[in-house]
Amino acid sequence: MKAGIVVFPGINRERDMAIALELASGAKPRMVWHQETDLSGLDLVVLPGGFSHGDYLRCGAMAAQSPVMGAVRAFAAQGGYVLAVCNGFQILTEAGILPGALLRNASLRFLSMDCHLRVERADTVFASGYRRGDIFRALMAHGDGNYFADTHTLDRLEGEGLVAFRYAMPNGEITPEANRNGSQRNIAGIYSPNLRVLGLMPHPEDLVDPLMGGIDGKPLFDGLAAAFTPLRAA
Amino acid sequence: MKATVTVMLKTGVLDPQGKAIGHALGTLGFTGVGEVRAGKVIELELAETDPAKARAQAEEMARKLLANSVIESFRVSVDG
Amino acid sequence: MSMGKPVDQTLAREFGLSAEEYARVLDIMGRTPSLTELGVFSVMWSEHCSYKSSRVWLKQLPTTAPWVIHGPGENAGVVDIGDGLAAVFKMESHNHPSFIEPYQGAATGVGGILRDVFTMGARPIANLNALRFGRPEAPRTKAIVDGVVRGIGGYGNCVGVPTVGGEINFHAAYDGNPLVNAMTVGIARKDRIFLSAAAGIGNPVVYVGSKTGRDGIHGATMASAEFAADSEEKRPTVQVGDPFTEKLLIEACLELMATDAIVAIQDMGAAGLTSSSVEMAGKGAVGIELDLDHVPQRETGMTAYEMMLSESQERMLMVLRPDREDVARAIFEKWELDFAVIGHLTDSGRIVVRHNGVVEADIPLGPLAEQAPLYHRPTVETDKQPPLNPARVENRWMLADALAKLIACPDLCSRAWVWDQYDSTVGGQTVKRPGAADAAVVRIDGSARALALTTDCTPRYCLADPEAGGRQAVAEAWRNLIAVGAKPLAITDNMNFGNPEKPEIMGQFAAAIRGMSDACRVLDFPVVSGNVSLYNETEGRAILPTPAIGGLGVLEDAAQAVGIAIAPWLDLVLIGATVGWLGQSLWLREMAGREDGAPPPVDLAAEKAAGEFVRAQILAGNVRACHDVSDGGLLVAVAEMAMAGGTGVRLSTGPREIPGHAYWFGEDQGRYVLAVPEGAALLRAAEAAGVAAVRIGTSGGQDLTLPDGGTISVTALRAAHERFFPSWMGT
Repeated sequence: MKAGIVVFPGINRERDMAIALELASGAKPRMVWHQETDLSGLDLVVLPGGFSHGDYLRCGAMAAQSPVMGAVRAFAAQGGYVLAVCNGFQILTEAGILPGALLRNASLRFLSMDCHLRVERADTVFASGYRRGDIFRALMAHGDGNYFADTHTLDRLEGEGLVAFRYAMPNGEITPEANRNGSQRNIAGIYSPNLRVLGLMPHPEDLVDPLMGGIDGKPLFDGLAAAFTPLRAA
Repeated sequence: MKATVTVMLKTGVLDPQGKAIGHALGTLGFTGVGEVRAGKVIELELAETDPAKARAQAEEMARKLLANSVIESFRVSVDG
Repeated sequence: MSMGKPVDQTLAREFGLSAEEYARVLDIMGRTPSLTELGVFSVMWSEHCSYKSSRVWLKQLPTTAPWVIHGPGENAGVVDIGDGLAAVFKMESHNHPSFIEPYQGAATGVGGILRDVFTMGARPIANLNALRFGRPEAPRTKAIVDGVVRGIGGYGNCVGVPTVGGEINFHAAYDGNPLVNAMTVGIARKDRIFLSAAAGIGNPVVYVGSKTGRDGIHGATMASAEFAADSEEKRPTVQVGDPFTEKLLIEACLELMATDAIVAIQDMGAAGLTSSSVEMAGKGAVGIELDLDHVPQRETGMTAYEMMLSESQERMLMVLRPDREDVARAIFEKWELDFAVIGHLTDSGRIVVRHNGVVEADIPLGPLAEQAPLYHRPTVETDKQPPLNPARVENRWMLADALAKLIACPDLCSRAWVWDQYDSTVGGQTVKRPGAADAAVVRIDGSARALALTTDCTPRYCLADPEAGGRQAVAEAWRNLIAVGAKPLAITDNMNFGNPEKPEIMGQFAAAIRGMSDACRVLDFPVVSGNVSLYNETEGRAILPTPAIGGLGVLEDAAQAVGIAIAPWLDLVLIGATVGWLGQSLWLREMAGREDGAPPPVDLAAEKAAGEFVRAQILAGNVRACHDVSDGGLLVAVAEMAMAGGTGVRLSTGPREIPGHAYWFGEDQGRYVLAVPEGAALLRAAEAAGVAAVRIGTSGGQDLTLPDGGTISVTALRAAHERFFPSWMGT
């Protein structure tokens, strides 16, 4: 798998993402500086977490205007795979590549804690390591993860099966209590209509090794690695 | 010339910050405060000297960057 | 431009210089100094920069060990952690700014300590914070706690350095003087450590980072009359942190440090350009010439005095090899940071500052450093309190009731509300998150090794007996590192005290240093960096003496680290001797409403023996969980293990000769609770090692079953434990 991680100024989870990608695929990802515009040869483009441009003005607003984003938009339009986590998700919504916006957490506080995600569909490259309805643990670390979209957009996302993950209780129930940041309809992540762009707030990349406290996030990366290196020895 | 862009969350978008401010004002004993909304103000020093052109410039900036039309609305005022 | 008041003894006093100190300035200069020169002397000779009251005592601290690469005197301490790597760490206070403006005070405290560490070539991998606040019911405490926690999170989360540990105490003595002590730990190759001693006559002096504004200029001057005409708005005292710029500065500096361009580097911390340029030139025994016209400025019309004393954040000063200037400039331009050559090194042994073509300061560096004041201030010893006889302290409570009250009190309750606002995992290396173990454990990228990190101090012990308290603070840090299985290597200290001109305060300081030195020596646990914060007083009332200790240890294999969470069906064994020491205990304060008696003594020989035994057992793979016994005593330690593991414990009866409340809540030192599959084997091993050990119970079920017949469910314990912060803060 040839993955590229886009590095915007102020991004800080690019190394976490590189660890997870390399662990799953055996290949070091390429670091792509935000002023580059050549994404050729990549199977997967990743927008990692952090505080691009300090999260000043609005999270992701300035990164969405970076030179690389034109290339990311074209890459996605040509059917390329894009994984956008946390600040990456915010950047994709600011760029209009995914619908909606991420508002401040309802509690108005940064939330750094475990959460549980319910897999809404497993027939995608990103979720192929899980089964539909699986519950997995992931780390939240954000101040602005409160997913918002108008009712029409939300209904469309649901209708087209584009909700990727929802915040759930450990037993799988979808409750307000599980929804710590206040996201509409407990939405933690969404897909593009072609299911090749995934944006999500929590960090699967920070739970890929027992020493990190668990491996709940590993199936996501294993699934990606398997999809792009089908002949890799089992 | 100075342009001031005021960015507010659109009506219908939950504003927890505004709610928290309203709650705090109540706690401090201010009665009769209805809905509170919090936004931001961005002041721009522009080289442009024609008020209409300055306004058009600021509006363009607001549309492209300063406000996110999914959740926010804006208004521009020009003086100086 | 008009400067209003003339430079004289009156102005010198406003700048914080005594008559004697000002006379020494006149003597060195041979003339009346300019305003800028007076500013340079006043900040370099301030308590903060010169350690004039504390230096004579700090010298007593042990600072060497075979693994110490750089001890005190550099920006941070450096120790060898194996595999060709070094850990770089330091703790520093930002107390007063955090009282004035809690969010920015705490945020810039984090920013400052980060710079001390990456200045030396280390990538910061962890932050910790030792925090002391006033009583929760005091008028400003809630706002201060909220602001400080948001500030630490706001800065640390954004720069992408995980906040992995720390401590919080509440006490009335901090009502008007909260303490914010921030610690940063970084990793560097041990052959690539960058120091601040300037070298190479003619080499360029380069300024990088943020622009200079009028932030935080000398408090004394702020209040002085000659600036009264200027608008207040132009002169903010509060420095504002910009973690985004700091993040860029980290990346740019580390990128430059991979080249051979840097001769010397120093962050601009307190007293900004003055202290960085004076220290770099002084340490290198060279002269330095600065032309302030080239300093990147955020505001217009700044004077030489203002630029030299500005404490604008996120700035660094470097001496570069002249043939590498372009390489360096390109890196900083890539990261969109200011880069300006503002001077060069000379052989004059003087600092010469020019602005608009005028020499604004010209001071000989030798005398500035060598003739800095040094005080051996009078000391008075704290009166010792007699030990408290536990049999004479009435106990009216069942163990379960006392436990439920203790674990709910502000000093012992869950800190989850705080940790949940700190990103503790960014970087992907956090093995033990806050609350999971006695020390935070952070793996080193690309190595099997991990660092164990902790901050410790028990100020109420220090007030009762500063020497015993100093000894205990160091011992507890050592113990917390042992409890995760790490080899303790070294400490950083943050000495927070009241007014040193009062003999009883200086006596506390001297005694704390004695106790610390003692523990450092016996435990082979030297001090490699530190910071002193004095004058922590409001209306003549001092804080509790607070020598906060930041401890660092290493695990050769991160997978060997143990936490405090217990599983069912394990034997719980107490290591270390118990007499039932209730003096200065939290039980005494929270239940009996008393704060008296001598604090628990630390027997350093027993401490060392118990610690080495525990660590050997952990490394042998015999231990499933380990927790040291500290605040609240044995029963609180067991309850914390039960809550972390979500499993109950059935406890056995304690020894007949010790009253139950003293046995279960006494704060005897040097103890650990170990959870092991095979208690008998551990007891045999302890006996062979000559270490006191006793089986105290077995894990399992949903309840804590207590020897006085009471029970309390783990669920009820957790509810009590987690109540305070959310209900206090209303979230």
